[in-house]
Amino acid sequence: MKICVLVKAVPDPAAPKRIDPATGRLDRTGETNLNGYDANALETALQLREGGVLAIDEIVAVTMGPAAAAKALQKAAALGADRSLHLIDDALAGSDLIATAYALAQVLEREAPDLVLLGQQSEDGTGYALGAAVADHLQMPSLTQVVSLQVDGGELVLERQTGYGYDTIRVALPAVISVSDAINVPRYPSLKAIMGAKRKPVQELSLADAGIDPARVGADGSCVTCGEFHAPAAKAAGQIIEADDTDVTVTEIVAYLQERKVI
Amino acid sequence: MPSDILVYVLEHEGTPSKSSLGVLAQAAELAAELGGQADALLLGGEEATDELCALLGAYGAARVLRSHGPLGLAQPVVDALDAAIDRCGYRYVILGGGLLGPEIGAGLGARRSAGVTVETTAITARDGELVAERPIFGETQISESRFRGELGIIVGRAGAFEARPATTPGAAEVVELDVPLRPYSTRAQVVKRDEQRGAELNIESAEVLVAGGRGLGDPESFKLCEDLAVAFGDGAAVAATRAVVDAGWYPYAAQVGQTGKTVAPKLYLAAGISGAVQHRVGMQGSGTIVAVNKDAGAPIFDFCDLGVVGDVKQILPKLTVAVAAAKGA
Amino acid sequence: MSEAKAAGAGVTTAGQAGARSADGGPAAAAAGSVAGQRASDPRSNVPGDFLPAIDARAEFVKRELDPEDERIEVGVAVVGGGTAGLAAANRILQLLELDPALREQLGEVPVAVIEKAKACGAHSVSGAVMRPGPLQELYPALTRDGWRAQGFAFGEVRRESVYLLPSATCAIKIPTPPNLRNAGNEVISVAALGRFQQGWAEEHGAYVLTETAATQLIVRDGRVVGLRTGDKGRGKDGEPLANFEPGADIQAKVVVLADGNWGHLTGAAIDEFNLMEGREPRVWELGVKEIWKVERPLDRVIHTLGPWPLKADPRYRHFGGTWLYPMKDEATGEDLVSIGLVVDLGYADATTSAHDLLQLFKTHPLVRDVLAGSERVGWSAKALPAGGYWSMPKLSMPGALLVGDAGGMVDTVALKGVHHCLKAGRLAGEAVYAHLARGEALDRYESAIDRSSVGRELRAVRNARQPFQRGFVRGAAQAGMDILSGGRFPGGRRAWHRDDQQPTFVGDTASAYPQPDGHYTFDKLSSVYLSGNTTRDDAPDHIRVAKRVPRQIAETWRWMCPAGVYEIPADAPEQGYVDVIVNYTNCVQCGAITAKGGRLTPPEGGDGPLYTNA
Repeated sequence: MKICVLVKAVPDPAAPKRIDPATGRLDRTGETNLNGYDANALETALQLREGGVLAIDEIVAVTMGPAAAAKALQKAAALGADRSLHLIDDALAGSDLIATAYALAQVLEREAPDLVLLGQQSEDGTGYALGAAVADHLQMPSLTQVVSLQVDGGELVLERQTGYGYDTIRVALPAVISVSDAINVPRYPSLKAIMGAKRKPVQELSLADAGIDPARVGADGSCVTCGEFHAPAAKAAGQIIEADDTDVTVTEIVAYLQERKVI
Repeated sequence: MPSDILVYVLEHEGTPSKSSLGVLAQAAELAAELGGQADALLLGGEEATDELCALLGAYGAARVLRSHGPLGLAQPVVDALDAAIDRCGYRYVILGGGLLGPEIGAGLGARRSAGVTVETTAITARDGELVAERPIFGETQISESRFRGELGIIVGRAGAFEARPATTPGAAEVVELDVPLRPYSTRAQVVKRDEQRGAELNIESAEVLVAGGRGLGDPESFKLCEDLAVAFGDGAAVAATRAVVDAGWYPYAAQVGQTGKTVAPKLYLAAGISGAVQHRVGMQGSGTIVAVNKDAGAPIFDFCDLGVVGDVKQILPKLTVAVAAAKGA
Repeated sequence: MSEAKAAGAGVTTAGQAGARSADGGPAAAAAGSVAGQRASDPRSNVPGDFLPAIDARAEFVKRELDPEDERIEVGVAVVGGGTAGLAAANRILQLLELDPALREQLGEVPVAVIEKAKACGAHSVSGAVMRPGPLQELYPALTRDGWRAQGFAFGEVRRESVYLLPSATCAIKIPTPPNLRNAGNEVISVAALGRFQQGWAEEHGAYVLTETAATQLIVRDGRVVGLRTGDKGRGKDGEPLANFEPGADIQAKVVVLADGNWGHLTGAAIDEFNLMEGREPRVWELGVKEIWKVERPLDRVIHTLGPWPLKADPRYRHFGGTWLYPMKDEATGEDLVSIGLVVDLGYADATTSAHDLLQLFKTHPLVRDVLAGSERVGWSAKALPAGGYWSMPKLSMPGALLVGDAGGMVDTVALKGVHHCLKAGRLAGEAVYAHLARGEALDRYESAIDRSSVGRELRAVRNARQPFQRGFVRGAAQAGMDILSGGRFPGGRRAWHRDDQQPTFVGDTASAYPQPDGHYTFDKLSSVYLSGNTTRDDAPDHIRVAKRVPRQIAETWRWMCPAGVYEIPADAPEQGYVDVIVNYTNCVQCGAITAKGGRLTPPEGGDGPLYTNA
């Protein structure tokens, strides 16, 4: 069986974020790191392999992005991915969610994986969405918010969190599963693994290599255009009240909350 | 050409979700501005009753497309919306927040090669089209998005759109919709639903959070926060700062802040919290921030909506009684 | 150099009761020693009486290598990916490029750089105005324009001014003293330089292991044979968590210790090999720096020599100064200003806080003029070695060399260390290569340093700072003579007194600190946030310090720490012993605590600040 893990290099959450004035997009030239949720996805793949119930032959890390995106693949390799695919092409710059999902799906289709894993959200962008879009292209079932994953009779039995509690769901492979950070605690790579990662193959793919239609990717191929930014409406300064008489204060608080329609 | 909007209404055991009603109400207004109408789509079992459909009229639905399919999964909803668009030709599809919204929206976007925005906090009609806004960079900037092509899909942020009945109710004409389900949409089977795990409500989906910090004085005082949360009813939970979690007063699952969860409930009540930036970045998007702290110089008073300088141990119990009374009334 | 030092004034350290290590660094406060007895006196106001019980040789030195299949073998291991470490690594790679046979011999990993931060430079801080020579020498193909295009250089110094600040409102311009002449130098960022040097190293075949702490030196038969990296995945009490991953032994033919200010392994090496014998104790200064995005570019480099915002009264034992440097960011076109304050850590007033003094400094009209209407975009803090020439340790030992701040190579009179780091790194690289290629003795590095600009410049100012231990005014005259005479008059060797031996009193320096307003002056916590500091929530405590100390000691730490790590509980008594709260997750690893009674050890790799242009 083959597992493909979609990984993303995201700007380090600690680094200050800014818009590049030239392009109107998030300035991604600073430090990047493997998206934490993707580390959970990799850990899931590794545990499936180690669990022995499914015979996993290969774990392949896949990413799309400029040169800096390779950092995510290095970390994935250090954590245990056997090889990596880096979809890299200038024409991809500015791709929105749907364009990105289409491009990744083309790469995945050629790999014909039995299971696609990814983190359900990224620290710098949208959540719970990419897996669903990729799955539709691949015509596979998709589930997100997955907090636990087991194998039973060749099917996956997983639990996911909804707004109303936890659901248990069975799904047959192949499938696209987006995991939550609650699913496991990612391991730290050993020093040997980190150094050995350099030896694991990384294949770079261009649009042509992956069979991607240029008209469907990049800033021009994206259906969502965002270029305007503005500061949020300045918040009105808050009211401060001194609680000299707590009974009176409490009445004031309740009145305030009722006025704001919170109660 | 008029633009019609289709809103997916998530219903759970017969009750439509507040987020869905919120975007439905908003869609009805926007559709009017665009010269079209807003319809609702239901996918369910027997809970999709005529009464439920009629209720959606109160929130502005001109028509209610009723379809049937497995519950608790996103892909059948994608199939339903896809079928509805083929049948009635919608320019926009809007979904409420909640954990399935982005999945459905993104799946539909892939299906129809259409643009999708998520975490949307405001939608406006401009020049005959809809513009979706969302906060970025930790709520410090608002980004605006527009859509190219025939279809735009907007997923709202939970709690961003108020569920209020429409000024002009819709006719809520029920239309039965046949949905051919894709084979992969039913390869997942829901075995068990809505299992409750302990009393914890995921703080990220809570509507009201009562958060405690070191100013509570001791771990036992977290009971005051818990009592107040109970008074606020369902959808209220207790959160905590890193300092008290580090000190072992409350579990890590409740931690809000730079290294905990980011939350944006309708009400964030901060009890005994100083408001250092490491905490602030986890909750500054909250609808209303009320702070109670005996230190008048605490940074939280710089960014809260209502600041109360006083003793949390005195105020919280009285507030609990008052809130319970106000809600009971 | 070594002979001159050994023949110097009688070393007092070895003779003192039990508890001092020969280096001027912290040592075990053995029970029953005089220090141990003094530690039970709540009236003691000497931080050095409360040193944590640490036996560096037992804890931080490993005596055996793990079995072959468990350890990692590299050619050269460089501990510390800062300015000096990467200079050494890159020089070695340059020489290996011309010697493919040796390169092959060194195996798959000819050079490994071990760096605890997330990226090289992320824990590096400096002013900085750098003398250009050594950097040009190290990367001859790169022009000064190239430096700026790479993003670590921000313009040549064209104008400069030096001021004395007698008060909060007054500034007296004085002719630029010779040690502060900067025409032709370049304003740079060592944090950004680290990124560049890391990229260069990786492109040329080094393995740069970031997020990796070096926790132990491995010494066998009296020779350094490698280092051990830190564990990951330990909980608050040190217990292994579910994803615990032990560190590994890295075996190397040569180790270059470039672990900077309060280098953890350097500290262990000093004890193990007695590298401070015959030297003056090491002393430090603490610098806090901010970067501001300004509307109007600053047109010159400014230094102020005090006394304000420090106190001139010798009782306070204050010494320090400030800087304002213009930075033109080529990539963004933005005009930035680097502003910082440095204070000697041998001060006596417990309420001395470098962070708050910097906030106070900003209220001076001279600064308001520069920063009005601007936005703070960066904050950083780091201690630096201030002892100069007489406090430098012996720079080599069997199997290893010391470079950069780890070797004390900072000229605090000119406020320069970057070019010494680069020069020393280069010389270390050459010594390592000569040793591996031709079997030359590693310790020839020491005379190379001595003959180079590093040795010359540090020697010239070897006595220039010590007079200021007695205060600004008394110190200035003697220091002035020393500097002007190029170190020849009065000559000799001046002693340093350990920072943690300075008795402290709770004074009133703090009464002048401004209340942070959140847009021009700032509190410590929001500053720590701006540094990009992150720590795992359940990480263990990496700071070794006594938790129960007399109030005045706790006050010293509380004010000293720029990150607000040390807190005194609200209900603690005003006199006598208090329990110190150690918020170690705020720690930005500046190293000041090691100078004033505790000891910083490296936390889990990856933790700490993420400086980008400090």
